[in-house]
Amino acid sequence: MTFEYAPAPESRASVSIKPKYGHYIGGKFVAGEKHFPTINPATEEVLSSISLGGKKDVDAAVKAAKKALDLHWSKLSGRERGKYLFRIARILQERAREFAVLESLDNGKPIRESRDVDVPLAAAHFFYHAGWADKLEFAGVGTKAKPHGVVGQIIPWNFPLLMLAWKVAPALATGNTVVLKPAETTPLTALLFAEVCEQAGLPAGVVNIVTGDGSTGALIVNHPGINKIAFTGSTEVGKIIAESVAGTSKSVTLELGGKAANVVFEDAAIDESVEGIVNGIFFNQGHVCCAGSRLVIQESISDEFIKKLQKRMEKIRVGDPLDKNTDLGAINSRAQLEKIKELALAGDAEGAERWSPECSMPNKGFWFAPTIFTGVTQSHRIAREEIFGPVLSVLTFRTPQEGIDKANNTPFGLSAGIWSEKGSKILWASQKLKAGVIWANTFNKFDPTSPFGGYKESGWGREGGRHGLAAYLKGVTHE
Amino acid sequence: MKYYGLVDGSDASLKSFLNKLPGVDAVGADARAAMLATRSIKTTSKRWAIDTAITMVDLTTLEGADTEGKVQALCAKAVRPDPTDLSVPSVGAVCVYNDMVSVARKHLDSIGGAHIPVAAVSTAFPSGRASMKVKIQDTQDAIDAGAGEIDMVIDRGAFLSGNYIEVFNEIVAIKEICGDKAHLKVIFETGELVTYDNVRKASYLAMLAGADFIKTSTGKIAPAATPPVVLVMLEAVRDFYEMAGVRIGVKPAGGIRNTKDAIKQLVLVNETAGPEWLTPSLFRIGASALLNDLLMQRMKMDDGYYASPQYVTID
Repeated sequence: MTFEYAPAPESRASVSIKPKYGHYIGGKFVAGEKHFPTINPATEEVLSSISLGGKKDVDAAVKAAKKALDLHWSKLSGRERGKYLFRIARILQERAREFAVLESLDNGKPIRESRDVDVPLAAAHFFYHAGWADKLEFAGVGTKAKPHGVVGQIIPWNFPLLMLAWKVAPALATGNTVVLKPAETTPLTALLFAEVCEQAGLPAGVVNIVTGDGSTGALIVNHPGINKIAFTGSTEVGKIIAESVAGTSKSVTLELGGKAANVVFEDAAIDESVEGIVNGIFFNQGHVCCAGSRLVIQESISDEFIKKLQKRMEKIRVGDPLDKNTDLGAINSRAQLEKIKELALAGDAEGAERWSPECSMPNKGFWFAPTIFTGVTQSHRIAREEIFGPVLSVLTFRTPQEGIDKANNTPFGLSAGIWSEKGSKILWASQKLKAGVIWANTFNKFDPTSPFGGYKESGWGREGGRHGLAAYLKGVTHE
Repeated sequence: MKYYGLVDGSDASLKSFLNKLPGVDAVGADARAAMLATRSIKTTSKRWAIDTAITMVDLTTLEGADTEGKVQALCAKAVRPDPTDLSVPSVGAVCVYNDMVSVARKHLDSIGGAHIPVAAVSTAFPSGRASMKVKIQDTQDAIDAGAGEIDMVIDRGAFLSGNYIEVFNEIVAIKEICGDKAHLKVIFETGELVTYDNVRKASYLAMLAGADFIKTSTGKIAPAATPPVVLVMLEAVRDFYEMAGVRIGVKPAGGIRNTKDAIKQLVLVNETAGPEWLTPSLFRIGASALLNDLLMQRMKMDDGYYASPQYVTID
C-alpha cells in the first residue's frame, strides 16, 4: 500500500452565507435592484445572489462617503483613526477561520493558502497601517500632506480580502473615506468585511461597498465625487481607467498585469530553486499578477532542472480547495479557464512542448492541470501575454546578460526572481532587471512594510510601505 | 564498480565531486520542510502511517546504565510492542551498545524475534574519537556478537577540517568489515556539522564510500533529526539513485518523540524521495519514547479515546 492522504476537509460550519446580499452604503445593507449569482468555482454551486450596482447605488455610496468624511472622519485625530484600524485587524484575526473558509469557497483557492497567507496578511496590513495613522508626519511625506477625500477602489478576484486590505487600510490610515467594489466573481469576503466594520464601530459611511461588474466599476471611476482611484486588475482595464481620468483632477494608482521572469543561473541552489519556481507559478493557481510565469534558465543546467521540476510537479495535489492537503485549487471562473485554455492551445500551435503531470480532477467546476511549456521563445504568445493560470513558459539563455535581456524583453515589469548562490551575481542582476519587485532566492513574499508595484504596463504607483501611504495623500513634499 | 564509478578513491576526485554539489539555500529548505509539516494526515492514512512507523522504529537504548535486564526488556517490547494486541507489528531493529549485542541477539532469538536485527553503535560512538584500530575492533566485535546492522559515527573533526578523504577511508574500512554480514548506517551528527551544505556533502561522501543508510544523529547532541536536515538527506538519496541506480536508506534519530513528528517524517519521505522509500529497508527512525506514543495513538484510533499511559508498557 502507498501513503494516500485521506481527505482532510476544513469544515464549512464557521461560515453562514445569506441567500441574497445588498450593497453596504452609509453603514447599512441596502437592497439592490438587479442581482447576479456568485458561485463556488470548485463545484459550480451557487453560493449567493449579489446586487448589481447601478448609478443610483454608486451615487448613494459616494454621497455617504463624502458625508462621513465631512462629519466624522476628517475631524478625528490620527490616533483615533488608528484605533479603528487596530480594532479591524484584531477582528480579522479573531474571525480568521471564517474568512479563510469563505475565501476558499468563493474564490477556489486552497484553504492552506487562504488560511496561511491571505487572511494573516490582510490582518497584517491593518496592523501596519494602524501604526502609521498618528505618525504620518514622520512617514517622509512632508507636513502638509492631506487626504484626497473620497477614494474609489476597484479590486480583483485573485486575492479578494487581501486586496481589500491593501486598499482600505492605507486609505483609512491617511484619513480618506472609501467606496470599494469587489470583483464580480468574489464579493463574499468584502461583504463579510462590512460586518467587521460594523463590529469595529466604524462610523457609518467611512467604508462603503458596492458590488457589481465592470459597468459598476466604470460608474465609480467616472463619478465626479471621487477624488482618487485605486485599481488592481488587468492592464486592459487599467488603460481604460487611465483614459477616463485623464483631464480630470482625480489622482490614480494602477496595479496591473505582469509576465515575471524567474532567472535561474547555473550556480543556483537547485532544489530550493525548483521549489521557488513551483511556488512562483502554481501559488494561487497562477492567478497572481506578479506570478513567475516565465522560467528563464541557463542552458547548462536546464535539462537537469526541468527533470527535477517535473518530478516535483508530480507531487502537486490538485483538488477540493477546502481540503487542507490541496496545493492547487480551482480556476476562479469559466471565463478565466477559457482564456487559459486558449493561450495554452496557442502554445501548442506555435510549437512549444506542453507537459503536465497525471492528475485526476473533479468532474464539476473549473480546473486546469499544472502545466509547463518547454522550447518557448521570445516570439511565442505564451512568452509575452499574461496567462494568469498555472502555466509556466520555459526559456533558456547562454550568458548572464542574455538572461537579463530576455527577462526584460516584455511590456510588463511587475516582479522578477533571481536564483543564484553567488551574492555578487544577485546584486548585479537586481540592478539590471526592470521590475518593481525583485526577489532573490525566494518568490511571492509579501509584507505590508514593502512597497509593491510595477514598471511599464504593470502599473502606476506603489502600494504598501511608506510609498503606499504617499499615494493616498496630496501635497506630499518628500521632505 | 568501485565507488559506483563516480570517484576513484583519491582525495582529488572526492574533493572535486563534493565541491561540485549545488548549495542548499537554508531559507528555502526550511520553508519547504515547514510547508510539508502542514499536511493533515487523518483516518485511514493516519492508521497506515502509524503501523508503518512502528515497523520503522529502531528501538534504542544507549545508556551507560544499560544492563542485561534492561536490554532483554527492550527486546520483548520490540517483538510485541503491545502484548494485548497482536496485530501491532514488530519494530525495525533493536539498537544497543557493542557489549549488549549478544544479549539482545540471544534474547530476541529465544522469544520469537529472530526476524528483528540487532543494530550496534560503533566506531567509538558517540564522539568517534578513537584510533582506527579501535574503531575496526569495535565493529568486528559487534559483528562477531551477531549484529546485523552497524551504526557508525563519522569523525566530525576530520570532516569540519576539510579532511574528507579521512572520513571517506574510515567508512570504506568499516564497510569492508561489515561485508555482507551487516548493513552499514553512517551517522553524521548533523548538530555538529551545523550547515545544510555540510549535511549534503556528508550524505554524498558516505554514499560514495558504501553506506547502506545515512543517519542524522547519535541522539546525544541537539539539534538532531530536524525536518529540513532530513529533507536535505532525502534529496541526496533521491538524486544518488538517479546517478548510481542504488537506493540508499535514511535514518533520522533524536528528537522524534511523538506520532505527529513521526508522521511528518513519513510525509517528508513520501514527497521528497518518494513512496519507494516508505519501507523499513530504506527508512528507519531511531527512537525510544516514540514507540509508546505510536501505540497510544493507535489505541485511540481503535477506541475513540485516549487511554491512560498505564495501558502501554514502559519497556
